[in-house]
Amino acid sequence: MKILVCISHVPDTTSKINFTENDTKFDTNGVQFVINPNDEFGLTRAIWFKEKQGASVTVVNVGGTETEPTLRKALAIGADEAIRVNAEPTDGFFVAKQLAKVVQDGGYDLIIAGRESIDYNGGMVPGMLATLTNANFVNTCIGLEIDGNTATAIREIDGGKETLKTNLPLVVGAQKGLVEESDLRIPNMRGIMMARKKQLAVTEPAEATQATKAVQFEKPAPKGEVKLISPDNVDELVDLLHNEAKVI
Amino acid sequence: MSVLVYTESENGNFKKIAFETASYAKEVANMLGTTVTAIAINVENPSELSKYGVDKVLTVNNDKLTNFNAKAYADAIRQAATKESAKVVVINSSANDKYLAPVLAVDLNAGYASNVVALPVSTEPFKVKRTAFTNKAFNITAINADVKLIGLAKNSFGLKESDGAATAEAFEPSLKDEDFNISVKSVDKATGKVTIADAEIVVSGGRGLKGPENWGMIEDLAAVLGAATACSKPVSDMGWRPHEEHVGQTGKPVASNLYIAVGISGAIQHLAGINASKVKVVINNDPEAPFFKAADYGIVGDAFEVVPKLVEKLKEFKANNA
Ligand SMILES: Cc1cc2nc3c(=O)[nH]c(=O)nc-3n(C[C@H](O)[C@H](O)[C@H](O)COP(=O)(O)OP(=O)(O)OC[C@H]3O[C@@H](n4cnc5c(N)ncnc54)[C@H](O)[C@@H]3O)c2cc1C
Repeated sequence: MKILVCISHVPDTTSKINFTENDTKFDTNGVQFVINPNDEFGLTRAIWFKEKQGASVTVVNVGGTETEPTLRKALAIGADEAIRVNAEPTDGFFVAKQLAKVVQDGGYDLIIAGRESIDYNGGMVPGMLATLTNANFVNTCIGLEIDGNTATAIREIDGGKETLKTNLPLVVGAQKGLVEESDLRIPNMRGIMMARKKQLAVTEPAEATQATKAVQFEKPAPKGEVKLISPDNVDELVDLLHNEAKVI
Repeated sequence: MSVLVYTESENGNFKKIAFETASYAKEVANMLGTTVTAIAINVENPSELSKYGVDKVLTVNNDKLTNFNAKAYADAIRQAATKESAKVVVINSSANDKYLAPVLAVDLNAGYASNVVALPVSTEPFKVKRTAFTNKAFNITAINADVKLIGLAKNSFGLKESDGAATAEAFEPSLKDEDFNISVKSVDKATGKVTIADAEIVVSGGRGLKGPENWGMIEDLAAVLGAATACSKPVSDMGWRPHEEHVGQTGKPVASNLYIAVGISGAIQHLAGINASKVKVVINNDPEAPFFKAADYGIVGDAFEVVPKLVEKLKEFKANNA
């Protein structure tokens, strides 16, 4: 089985978010970049398939040279090879188009992407990629078994979960739950050394339009002071929630 | 050319978000000087949409669509959009809507903006405001494609009543075999329980509750408020509560009217997931807990004393206001 894992290079979850150039650009100053958490769950499941059932795992990112350390980290965790499509990931559709070309050129059976990346939260790439490549698609995937050409996937729905059956080729939108948090791997020295020898191919982008463009950013309005209520006076909280906030 | 809205339903009845999505579509139609057409799948009473300004409902009745199926639903919506020459298509942000949206966007050759929180900033060029960086910021997104697909963030617009005739018209999309390449084997859904996605009020517990045996008081508080229960990440990681209850950057987003956090510190990843909630209450014994900076109301106190008292007071309040 040939598996492709799509890796988004995103600001670490603790990052303070700021903008520059008149609030038109994300300020990367002092920001640490990591593998998108949803992708990390997917990558870990892919490596599980490799170790338990036999598979090759390729990771791919659409981005500039600055994303290579993130791809190297994925290699150190256990992916076999990496591809970087040398283009700025301007919008979800553009990225999906680039990935679709990689999928078609490489003939992958299983493609795993995060259900969304935690920077722009578009939630577009997995579904668009599946549609562009005519593959089956399961979103918010929290369980995946592959048997030959058949896949059994569990997906999270509002208020529960659903078990689905389908065939490869399949694209899944991964998230927490696909593997246990405790199964996530931290690269060890041996992994890091081996990653240096693995191939990181760079390809040029395909022609694609950009359907959407983030033109301006804003930060939420600063919050007013919290109204503190004495623990001996919970009546007051009930009263405030009813008369002031009008939520009960 | 009308605005097309997909109105989600369950067991033959519209979900509340269907009315919110319709309310929003009506306002967008007003901005564009056009009408609203809804597509409703297997719904018993389509005329309910009249109240929210819908002019026409394309009613699809098809047993094959009893279970949600992203590809088939997207196919049906695409055909409705084409029939109505819709340049703007509005959907919501439920798990199902977010599943079908990118598929529909490619099928329609549309530009898709998800997590939209307000009416378009302008229609020429078409720009919408959406959340980004998991609610730590907003961005204005320009949609350059001919067809615009808007994914409205839940609870961001509310319900707005306006007149409409909502005439029903039967619509039979032609569905292909390949739309059904995925089959549902089983659905496992807690019935009778308010879900985080649909809840107006969410009561959430953190590691400060010390153990799963103490969740009774969280459930009592939720019960008196008709709320859903939730938790912070370590709580679900330790298996005190199920994964579905974990809220935050790597868990579920919450956009409720009221969010009550008990024994939760308010780490940045937790706050990111609940920022979209309107009113936040925190109960924590540490006055330095970061949550106090994000909350509207706070009690510095021991959850084990405060919560049972709050439950009692709310019971009295509910009895007096019944
Ligand atoms: C990549 C990544 C992603 C993450 N994603 C998420 C996420 O999506 N959601 C999330 O929640 N976290 C997330 N986290 C974890 C986050 O950083 C915090 O560790 C977590 O939110 C803390 O949970 P907590 O507040 O329940 O526990 P703690 O930090 O242990 O805080 C417990 C709080 O309870 C209070 N307390 C203790 N006893 C009492 C009492 N008797 N009465 C009242 N108060 C009491 C304490 O004062 C403390 O403030 C993520 C972390 C990482 C690294």
